[in-house]
Amino acid sequence: MAKRIEVSDLNIYYGNFLAVEGVNVSIEPRSITALIGPSGCGKSTFLRSLNRMHEVIPGARVEGKVVMDGQDLYGADTDPVDVRRQIGMVFQRPNPFPTMSIYDNVIAGNRLNSKKMKKSESDDLVERALRGANLWNEVKDRLDRPGSSLSGGQQQRLCIARAIAVEPDVLLMDEPCSALDPISTLAIEDLMAELRDRFTIVIVTHNMQQAARVSTSTGFFNLNGVGQPGRLIEFNPTEKIFSNPDQKATEDYISGRFG
Amino acid sequence: MTATKAPTEPPSTPRVVRRAGDRIFAGSAKGSGIFILLVLAGVAAFLISEAIPALTAPAEDIPGGEGLASYIAPLILGTLLGAVLALLVATPLAVGIALFVTYYAPRRIAAGLGYVIDLLAAIPSVVYGFWGLAVLAPALVPFHVWAEDNLGWIPLFAGPASTSGRTMFTVGLVLAVMILPIISAIAREVFSQAPALHREAALALGATRWEMIKMAVLPYGKSGVIAGAMLGLGRALGETMAVAIVLSGGAGATLNLISSSNPSTIASNIALRFPEATGLGINTLIASGLVLFVITLGVNMLARWIVNRRADFSGAN
Repeated sequence: MAKRIEVSDLNIYYGNFLAVEGVNVSIEPRSITALIGPSGCGKSTFLRSLNRMHEVIPGARVEGKVVMDGQDLYGADTDPVDVRRQIGMVFQRPNPFPTMSIYDNVIAGNRLNSKKMKKSESDDLVERALRGANLWNEVKDRLDRPGSSLSGGQQQRLCIARAIAVEPDVLLMDEPCSALDPISTLAIEDLMAELRDRFTIVIVTHNMQQAARVSTSTGFFNLNGVGQPGRLIEFNPTEKIFSNPDQKATEDYISGRFG
Repeated sequence: MTATKAPTEPPSTPRVVRRAGDRIFAGSAKGSGIFILLVLAGVAAFLISEAIPALTAPAEDIPGGEGLASYIAPLILGTLLGAVLALLVATPLAVGIALFVTYYAPRRIAAGLGYVIDLLAAIPSVVYGFWGLAVLAPALVPFHVWAEDNLGWIPLFAGPASTSGRTMFTVGLVLAVMILPIISAIAREVFSQAPALHREAALALGATRWEMIKMAVLPYGKSGVIAGAMLGLGRALGETMAVAIVLSGGAGATLNLISSSNPSTIASNIALRFPEATGLGINTLIASGLVLFVITLGVNMLARWIVNRRADFSGAN
């Protein structure tokens, strides 16, 4: 279940462009880690490097080490497909598969593992995942409708259900609430608090109040200027970051003096 | 008192400003729409009015002497046989090519390959006809013999195998090459537009590249592929020159793909017979043309119905 991720000396490139430089951090299991920072500072890029989604972009590559409970995620014999099966991801814009029903969306990941499931097993799994994502009561009567028939907030919870249905070790969330209204955002934040007991959660957010509300640790990314690589400036317990940060830049960003 | 002072002018509805550019554009768009309907109606009216004499003539006056239905039936069978064979061969190939070009090939090779496939569409059909006659037909003779020996229990390959290769089977393959660029161009276009959002969703769930294509690309492109296939089928149904050159037709209705006696197709039959046809013979040929018109229309409506059937799940909403 929930696992620890150790990142050491991670450099992330797009072609020859160094986007993120020298990240060292240890992400604790059964906690929510928030990544904040101004636009373009590389926090989403860093997040995507944790489940090897970064390299999906042509020319993108990574130097350094990411180790999850002893398993080197960028090791020579590590298959990125296996990494992504262990580390789930929720994207900025809700992206349920439009050609699939709600039901099929939830078990899409399990179908990939292509074990034949009995109807009763998959029914149980769908219900469990949808209950886990606080969506069951809203959709239980229309599981055969397309996922795109739901509202934006419901779609995002459907995507979370899809991600947790495969029982990943880690859940990455890339600004999961930025396309949602405050009420849907609240629903997802409540959900994250529940999921914290079962998963290691890393969330990128532009909303500092959100980081303060939901996370146990917070990392602040920043860059010195346009064209410069982003860096992890400070990584500390959330309370400390928002009350007494070690770095001047963190304090300036949090108090709204820039960014 | 100002409150009682009635406005001097009666209230009028606000005038809609009609700008010249809007009017010209709306008019030309409407005109184009009406024009295409008029052309279609004109063609249909011509076909029907010219076909009526053949439809009403006594059976023994129709060429062949057995009535219109038994004259056209083998032609319909031949037309459908060749076109469906072409579609069955070309569609999977075209989808494979489109997927290779969009998701597997290195970018430089992909662009080059795309051009080469498009080039296939630029070759005139008469060239395809001669290529089919001079190259493909002789080359396929050994396959015809093999098919008769090994697959003869299937009615499609009952034989006797043609020694010239000028069979419905060869025609189907020539037509397949001709419609390949249409289908693959459209498939390529829709596959490349599969949203990155959904492709990444699949990859993040741990899909391999093929699984990602199955989950996010093929379902998204399905209606486009069907539309492309129907366009290709339309071309295959109506193809005249290549079929007229390659096929040794004129025989009655048979499902046998590899023998030297094949049913002709509607379009090639018209092309071959029209120069010498007179009187009721012309009307009969036009009646067969009307049938082709109806078949093609039916194919397109079927395609549209297939595409719309699951519109909720198409990803367009």
